[in-house]
Amino acid sequence: MRRVAITGAGTINALGHDVPSTLEAMREGRCGIGPLDIRDIDRLSVQIGGQVRGYDESARFTRSQLALHDRFTQFALIAAEEAVDQSGLSFESELALRSGVILGNSGGGLSTIDDSYRAVYAEGKNRVHPFVVPRLMGNAAASAVSMAHGLRGPTFTAASACASSNHAMGLAFQMVRSGLADVMLAGGSEAMLCFGGLKAWEGLRVMSPDACRPFSATRNGMVQGEGAAVFVFEDWDRAQARGAEILAEVAGFGMSADAGDLVAPSVDGAERAMRGALADAGLDPDEVGYVNAHGTGTAANDRTECAAVAAAFGNHAGRLMVSSTKSMHGHAIGGTGAIELLACISALRDGVVPPTIGWEAPDPDCPLDVVPNAAREAKVAACLSNAFAFGGLNAVLALRAA
Amino acid sequence: MDTRERVIAIIAQQALLDPSDVREDMTLADLGIDSLGIVESVFAIEEAFDIRVPFNANAPETSDFDISSVGSIVQAVERLAAEQA
Repeated sequence: MRRVAITGAGTINALGHDVPSTLEAMREGRCGIGPLDIRDIDRLSVQIGGQVRGYDESARFTRSQLALHDRFTQFALIAAEEAVDQSGLSFESELALRSGVILGNSGGGLSTIDDSYRAVYAEGKNRVHPFVVPRLMGNAAASAVSMAHGLRGPTFTAASACASSNHAMGLAFQMVRSGLADVMLAGGSEAMLCFGGLKAWEGLRVMSPDACRPFSATRNGMVQGEGAAVFVFEDWDRAQARGAEILAEVAGFGMSADAGDLVAPSVDGAERAMRGALADAGLDPDEVGYVNAHGTGTAANDRTECAAVAAAFGNHAGRLMVSSTKSMHGHAIGGTGAIELLACISALRDGVVPPTIGWEAPDPDCPLDVVPNAAREAKVAACLSNAFAFGGLNAVLALRAA
Repeated sequence: MDTRERVIAIIAQQALLDPSDVREDMTLADLGIDSLGIVESVFAIEEAFDIRVPFNANAPETSDFDISSVGSIVQAVERLAAEQA
């Protein structure tokens, strides 16, 4: 089977509008979470989030593009463009036919849905914009990216809530590895920070009113974010032959289902996904230096995830660095795994392990090195990136340094 | 129905029990109500009494809404209803 290289990366999220600014923020342990600037915020009990700020959609897209692209599609297009530019690829003739796009997403064009329902229900209007359906459909972002770059191979959206991006990237990895495709754009996008999107989350009562503090004894819930990250996954030999810079190697993928509770996580399901990724990559647990945790900052996730890491890694768990960058960019739901893969690239390529910020006090249920509050310089040969979704769906990627 | 009876009716419905089988000294765990059931009960209480209940499922013990027993919930709802009337 072929090896899979990452030859491009792009993003837009609460920490930055591109990869260099995002990695710098992660290095500095900067917090992108703050007061939300959205309509009807006064009617929400949760008023903070990892919102993309300083973003002028009309500066990035034409009027006719904006008519077709919800915010989550815009984010995906911006991230994909940066990734493709970095890879140096142009998709012509044969390569276009053997290249595709798999993006994770959970909410679809939620702002479009929110605005349109408001128009017909609250404002009493009897018509909505003619492109509401193509804007809100979950595959809108993947389709727009394939069109923007002329990718004509396998293209679709993976929807598994908070694991969507990892499932998307895992499948893209398998396609390149197996030879089904030569290049895949993979990642995810989400833009749920609108009144309806947040109102729905409020109901679960798992949101923090003040900050995301994963693994800290003082944690009190998750904070929602938004954004996208997209990567170029390429056949390793092909990338090497054309002299491309390889950011990291995607080495393995593991997934599992808890088949238990719709919202409560399971140690066993998470452990099996991590073990699966290690085995698929041919990695011994002690080769792994870093785990990018799902680390939502809820009581249940963090406790369960730490137990799963301990079970999957045994004695080596105590020597691992395990951080949650959601403390900085928030939980970008279906796009979060993709944004978090940037933290893995930081560790593998730059030797900088991004921190878990907001950490205040040790929790006996989370007895791991969570890289509290400050990034750490370390040589990391391999890492895992965890995503555990509502619905009990787990997806873990394994990466090696190039 | 008074506040006590209405709260007990909501909890009984969540626990799939007859209200007469719910006593004030019982805990939600005694009644087989899990964390999702608690969140649903809090929602039902908010709707029934038109109040806002300060409850974070991550940190129930630090929320300003005592769910340690059926009786404590009744008292908390009486207090909130009076405060927010």
